[in-house]
Amino acid sequence: MDQVRVIELKESVFADNDAEADRVRAEMRARGQFLLNVMSSPGSGKTTTLTGLINALKGEYRIGVMEADIDGAVDTDEIIRSTGARAIQLHTGGMCHLDAGMTRTGLESLETQGLDLLFLENVGNLVCPAEFDTGASANAVILSVPEGDDKPLKYPLMFEKADVVILNKIDVLPYFDFDEDKFETYLRRRNASCDVVKVSAKTGEGIDVLANWVRRRVEAWRG
Amino acid sequence: MHELGIVVRVIDMVEQAARENGVSKVVGLDLEVGEVSTVVPDYFRDCFEWAIKRTDYMRECELNLVVVQGTSYCRDCKRTYRTTEYGKSCPYCGGYNTYLVTGRDVTVRDIRVV
Repeated sequence: MDQVRVIELKESVFADNDAEADRVRAEMRARGQFLLNVMSSPGSGKTTTLTGLINALKGEYRIGVMEADIDGAVDTDEIIRSTGARAIQLHTGGMCHLDAGMTRTGLESLETQGLDLLFLENVGNLVCPAEFDTGASANAVILSVPEGDDKPLKYPLMFEKADVVILNKIDVLPYFDFDEDKFETYLRRRNASCDVVKVSAKTGEGIDVLANWVRRRVEAWRG
Repeated sequence: MHELGIVVRVIDMVEQAARENGVSKVVGLDLEVGEVSTVVPDYFRDCFEWAIKRTDYMRECELNLVVVQGTSYCRDCKRTYRTTEYGKSCPYCGGYNTYLVTGRDVTVRDIRVV
């Protein structure tokens, strides 16, 4: 009978990813590149918001986009068609989120040399993407009016991780029971310090404010 | 929700440890799963049983999954409380100046090898 012995590991499953994310962040900072991770539920307007934002910023920055989805390439096609930015599609192969290793693979295939502003459109999902550090310089969360003002209560981690919360589709506020004060109260329970920008990606309202937020963060990131 | 991805990572960690230690097989794994890690223990077990069939060292590995309680700390009251019962709001003062102390992580504690 073989002797059974115990090997102590005490290794965190998430520690690996956190370490890789820190490496990705440090490497990008050294190259002067800023990466914004954009998260939201499906249908909240990530691609439309990004399109508006890229068109507002493309005169100042060389921009690249990584579109993460379980399958399909509709978002990448749309970004390339309407902004001309360099974009690639990442397929997570059924996974509900991106992690730092996948971000690195994406950055390598995008060939980021010469780019200074990168967007990562995460998988549409308010749960899992919040749990895995992608190595991004900052996290943006989009919530759209039809989803309701109570979402910060239901998806606490997502709103805790946000550096900016973008409230999208404000053009339809009159038609929904979305209470902006309640939203602010619920959000502050989860995150006392994040910025809030209200936009309508469809009409373009507020996109200039969001572009200013990005400019300030990129400046601060480069030091 | 992403149990399979975590199973794959756990298996990578254990297989690497097995290789580095020159063992012939891994017969047991003690795994700590945080109560608010979003890993559902039953789903995790199912994925684990499926995935170990495809490994080099872990085909007969028995999983001992231990759930670690989620606890949060209130900076105002300086007290801890059970996260799954009260969430972000402190049950003593009703405030939200709280943070999670334990229960988010998944940790490979140790393995039994021959």
